[in-house]
Amino acid sequence: MTATLTRQAPQHAPDAAATLAASTPSWSRRAKNRAASAAVVAAVALTAVPLALVIWAAVERGSARLDLTLFTHSMRGVVGQGGGLLHALTGTLIITGATAIISIPLGLAAAIYLTEYAGGNKLAAITRRAVDIMVSIPSIVAGLAAYALFSLILGPGTRSGLAGAVALAMIMIPVVVRSSEEVLRLVPADLREAGLALGSPRWRVIRKIVLPTALPGLTAGAVLGVARVIGETAPLLLVAGFTDAMNYNLADGRMATLPVFIYTQWSSKGLDTAAYDQRAWAGALVLMAVVVVLQLAARALPPQIAKLRRNR
Amino acid sequence: MMAAASAVALVLVGVLVFLAVNGGPAVTAGEGELPAHAKNFLALAGPLAFGSLWVAVIALALASLPAVGVALAATIYAPSPRFGRFLGAVLDLLAAVPSVVFGLWGLMVLAPAVVPGYEWAHAHLGWLPFFSGEPSVTGRTVLTAGMVVAVMILPIMAAICRESFALTPPALIEAAYALGATRWEMVRAAVLPVARSGIVAGGMLGLGRALGETMAVAMVLSATPSLISFNVISAENPSTIAAFIASTFPESTGAEVSALIGLGLVLFAISLVVSLVGRRIAKQGGLR
Repeated sequence: MTATLTRQAPQHAPDAAATLAASTPSWSRRAKNRAASAAVVAAVALTAVPLALVIWAAVERGSARLDLTLFTHSMRGVVGQGGGLLHALTGTLIITGATAIISIPLGLAAAIYLTEYAGGNKLAAITRRAVDIMVSIPSIVAGLAAYALFSLILGPGTRSGLAGAVALAMIMIPVVVRSSEEVLRLVPADLREAGLALGSPRWRVIRKIVLPTALPGLTAGAVLGVARVIGETAPLLLVAGFTDAMNYNLADGRMATLPVFIYTQWSSKGLDTAAYDQRAWAGALVLMAVVVVLQLAARALPPQIAKLRRNR
Repeated sequence: MMAAASAVALVLVGVLVFLAVNGGPAVTAGEGELPAHAKNFLALAGPLAFGSLWVAVIALALASLPAVGVALAATIYAPSPRFGRFLGAVLDLLAAVPSVVFGLWGLMVLAPAVVPGYEWAHAHLGWLPFFSGEPSVTGRTVLTAGMVVAVMILPIMAAICRESFALTPPALIEAAYALGATRWEMVRAAVLPVARSGIVAGGMLGLGRALGETMAVAMVLSATPSLISFNVISAENPSTIAAFIASTFPESTGAEVSALIGLGLVLFAISLVVSLVGRRIAKQGGLR
């Protein structure tokens, strides 16, 4: 009731107009206010313009090579014009898939432990701290760590898609843990208590009630995790290396990926530099399209959990 | 489940152990064993650490005001909640653009475009140490790299500022307006003081991100790894730890690789300190 009262327009007494006129801000205060508003608009422009310019550059310079050959050919034996990024696209799908297979179960299980089992015990505190630290690992350091791990096991200098997937998993696991934990916390406690009160064991409650309820949010988190690692270049440049040919074997030898393809098309050009630049931009256009699709997919999911909360 | 949680913590321990085992020997390595003809590890790591911090600070300086501005636009100044959401989507998209694409853009589009600006800055502001000396003709300088990194860290900084602006108690906002404040005076009196720790935390996390930024810097910067210089428009630029690792690693072997891993450990330590401080400040401000 009070809320509606305060929202009403003030009842103007006869002298209210005079009071209002007297309280109109001075010229300099209005000027400052206007300058601040202009600065805010400028800040929005400063954010939107680079994004627009990057997208425009990729479309303008990349569309020249957005042909069928690009998606049906690798760079094997190609010098100058022609060639494609099939090997890099395949490599990205394989490595990102492997990363997801490592990171999602592990990250989700850790998040379930943190929200459903741990309470406030010591292991939970350590795990949370570890996740905090892992989020701040620069991606190139994850690449170095994966390289160090694989050279301890397989000898120095090895490159493989699997090492790339392990490096990316170091980046993706903390992302999955954080987003899953956040979503699991949104599942209302009375749903769990209802299940437990009916005598279901905790694991059954999690499997039949908590996880299905949280599924859209968990999926969105996983998709955002994939979007986060699919554009990573530096770690893959170190440990997955680069090749011009197809390689379907995660465990054996260098595997090209889309971001590294873009980088190498620029960094090691042949004589016909325009052909290499066009391929780099075409690769950038494809990679951005993939990332945008993943973002939109993740964006389409969470409202379901919002709705679910409103229905409770 | 318990095993999974322990495994996550163990992954971190593993990262540190693998890096230390492989990178440790580099600390005592002498002349001839290190990349870039460095005399010892310190002579290698020092200038690169300077470069990392220098590029990151430039990026932070360029990004902080726009980040606060965009966050204000998405919360206080937004004409409708829909506009706020739209701006959020723009920021998410900007955050999602892969760094290699930003590198390509910075190198081929931005760098040539800023050269006239650098020439002007040299002619008129040449008395400042930042703009002294011949400007680069390619535009591939520390300042250009800083601009690209600024665009890349803007979304995370804006996201945290936005979160803390949204926490301003509505009563404070109404009170400021009731006292006759203009919108800007309300922001200064009610929004910014409450969000101060959020703004600082956003800056620290942005700085941490900027320190680890690799590909964009490696591609944009035309670097001399042993150089320490505050000049931001010259053709001779310091390199950064991350960019140096990325551009040197593919051709390195043996002791050089271990030196690069040692550099990675240094970078990890620097960005860890920065982001832990940032997170602590964020928690004090009541953010996640």
